[in-house]
Amino acid sequence: MDISRLTRKAECEWHLPATGAMRVPGVIYADEALIRAMDEKVPEQVANVAALPGIVKASFAMPDAHWGYGFPIGGVAAFDPDAGGIVSAGGVGFDISCGVRTLLTGLEVADIERVKRPLADTLYARIPAGVGSTGALRLSPAQMDAMLAGGARWALGEGYGHPEDLQRIEERGEMSGADPHAVSDAAKKRQREQMGTLGSGNHYLEVQRVTMLYDTAIATAFGLEVGDVVVSIHCGSRGLGHQIGTEFLREMAIAAKASGIALPERELACAPIHSAVGGRYLGAMRAGMNCALANRQILTHLTREAFRTLLPHAHLSLLYDVSHNTCKEEAHVVDGKRRRLFVHRKGATRAFGPGHPDLPEAFHSTGQPVLIGGSMGTASYILAGTTHGMGAAFGSACHGAGRSMSRHEATRHWGGRQVIDALAGRGILIRSPSQRGVAEEAPGAYKDVTEVVDAADRANLARKVARLEPMICVKG
Amino acid sequence: MAWEHFPHGADVGVRGIGATREEAFAQAALALTAVLTDPARVVSRDAVDIRCEAPDDELLFVDWLNALIYEMATRSAVFGRFEVKLSDHRLEATAWGEPLDRERHRPRVEVKGATYSALSVAQGPDSVWIAQCVVDV
Repeated sequence: MDISRLTRKAECEWHLPATGAMRVPGVIYADEALIRAMDEKVPEQVANVAALPGIVKASFAMPDAHWGYGFPIGGVAAFDPDAGGIVSAGGVGFDISCGVRTLLTGLEVADIERVKRPLADTLYARIPAGVGSTGALRLSPAQMDAMLAGGARWALGEGYGHPEDLQRIEERGEMSGADPHAVSDAAKKRQREQMGTLGSGNHYLEVQRVTMLYDTAIATAFGLEVGDVVVSIHCGSRGLGHQIGTEFLREMAIAAKASGIALPERELACAPIHSAVGGRYLGAMRAGMNCALANRQILTHLTREAFRTLLPHAHLSLLYDVSHNTCKEEAHVVDGKRRRLFVHRKGATRAFGPGHPDLPEAFHSTGQPVLIGGSMGTASYILAGTTHGMGAAFGSACHGAGRSMSRHEATRHWGGRQVIDALAGRGILIRSPSQRGVAEEAPGAYKDVTEVVDAADRANLARKVARLEPMICVKG
Repeated sequence: MAWEHFPHGADVGVRGIGATREEAFAQAALALTAVLTDPARVVSRDAVDIRCEAPDDELLFVDWLNALIYEMATRSAVFGRFEVKLSDHRLEATAWGEPLDRERHRPRVEVKGATYSALSVAQGPDSVWIAQCVVDV
């Protein structure tokens, strides 16, 4: 990116002054290497978002920002409903509430090494992964609506998980304000066979080992020590979320055109929060969030069952569950005043700092765990939300590495078998239905997640706590 | 008549090229199938009728791809042949395919939705029609 238009305010904070239609400035968090490597679409999309009605403070981009749909991936923007603020289906994306949850296992590396191969096979046999995989659960229309209203809490009632899990999920496992009736029959039909499935693309389940701690006090509070084994699950709201995104993007795009709103990109299509379509979208999107939370809860249950067959003494407890494609109504202090805002995080993780009232007691002094997934051959990180971050980008941080190479280019560089063998040589077992899919997700096709996380840490959006490296990866 | 993919960050663009808009739409549908599997592996046996209507050609094109994505997801099917009729901004089409067979089709990635990025339905200088957009995977 050409950085001549940016003003460097701090080592990892760059401002794009408000010009033209921009109502607020843009702020990009990155070090110099990351910002120079970002594509030109990032500042363009940051500026476009800054021009949307009711935006508050600034249009933000996280260190992993890249070219998205309307909003950049890694974009954060908050809107005031009482100042004409909008909600945007494109600002949430197709995979509503896609996110990561991490489970502590109480196991150490040696425990896994003894059963690594059968554990990989058992997880792969029990976790439906990849295109066309189906879950065992079929919901009646009434059950579907109950799931959409209740999220992980509903799943718990159906026998998936432990009551203490709910404390360790954003929104305590149940997004309020969900309206199952705002979700179309088509979206519900698309979900019919997909409850408890991982999906494909960059979604995965990994068994990981803790290889480094950066903040031992917070790590201890999170229950992490070097050599511990954890399980991380990355997936979203499956077909239901995709269909909600598709339908509302269309409806908002047509409505914008009909009302004469000129949008630089159709995907910026949005509706006032105080409008019929805005209200319906929020109800449907929150139902989609509950679908993702329920889905990850069911996958957690399947993971526990798989572990039980080989490691019956393991107790898998939830560290935390974060979502990175959302729009949430939150209270934030802006210029000394507390305001209720609708915060869009598109490919960005909520990172609430210490003392935030929405956090469970266990995280009151640490800030929330911020779970950052890497590619299957590199590393993932656990960070913690900071007080500074609350006043910076509405308590938000990055969400992952981001690709450095297209899927097609990746397949020209690597074959699936080659990737699997190379990772096996490093002790990482991959299980996937698609070799081509594995090639497309080759570690070399991703940016260095460490650089991204370091920039988030140096910008003080979130604080680095622990580094995780994969042992087993079930890839969709 | 041809189809191709073009790169877009984490996702992939589908492009159909044809002598008419109809051909370009049908070729782009093949490009969509090719995101998932090799179209040559698909037996075009069962017919599914698809109808869409939209305020303009570009939205109609996205609707067409999204209708196919929906049929693929809910029928767990893949399609290998398409016939498209267009009048004004109305589409009537038939897609022929078969149930997804994970062994034979070796599907690689599921398509979440067609987007409005790099969206265009237009006639090039040599009068060929090109219909394209990015699909989210």
